[in-house]
Amino acid sequence: MFAMATIAVLLTMALALARACIGPSIFDRILAVNTFGTKTVLLIAVLGFLSGRPEFLDISLVYALINFIGTVAVLKYVKYRDLALLTTEGGDDSPAGKSG
Amino acid sequence: MTLLLDFASWLFLGAGSIALLIGGIGLNRMPDFYARLHPAGITDTLGAGLILLGLGLQAGLSLVAVKLLLIFLFLMLTSPTASHATARAALAAALRPKLGRGT
Repeated sequence: MFAMATIAVLLTMALALARACIGPSIFDRILAVNTFGTKTVLLIAVLGFLSGRPEFLDISLVYALINFIGTVAVLKYVKYRDLALLTTEGGDDSPAGKSG
Repeated sequence: MTLLLDFASWLFLGAGSIALLIGGIGLNRMPDFYARLHPAGITDTLGAGLILLGLGLQAGLSLVAVKLLLIFLFLMLTSPTASHATARAALAAALRPKLGRGT
């Protein structure tokens, strides 16, 4: 049954990768890559159980952390075109002049 | 008792796999970006939660179950946050929904 869950996770990863390749906007790609990362967390956990080594869960936990931070970093880069920009002057999300 | 736990675990793993596949198909079939947020959220919360629950039933009461619970809690915290941030960034970048008032 772990093999079945592994195959399902792999198929979902393939589908998310297809969306990341054909996504018309950059946000489709970011969303698909975020989904891909979450599925990677699941894949590592299920593979650990499949091979009888649940110690893989540590790697899975670390990957969940990295995935979230990576998604937020890419979003900030896409929005501000700069990862070092100070954004303390208020949350003004005026869409003028920003073409995604 | 072991048989019952195994059966429940299979049930949760199967339901989680089906939820993952439905979400993956929906990610390719939905018409625009804001609609695609919905299947992505399904795979991130429902599919991941069910599969982790099935794995936790296999693990029993041990350190492995605690790690699975930590992964579950962390996914439940970060996945809606990431979805919300993505939607907000898309809205700020003037990406209009296909169906709705903006068209």
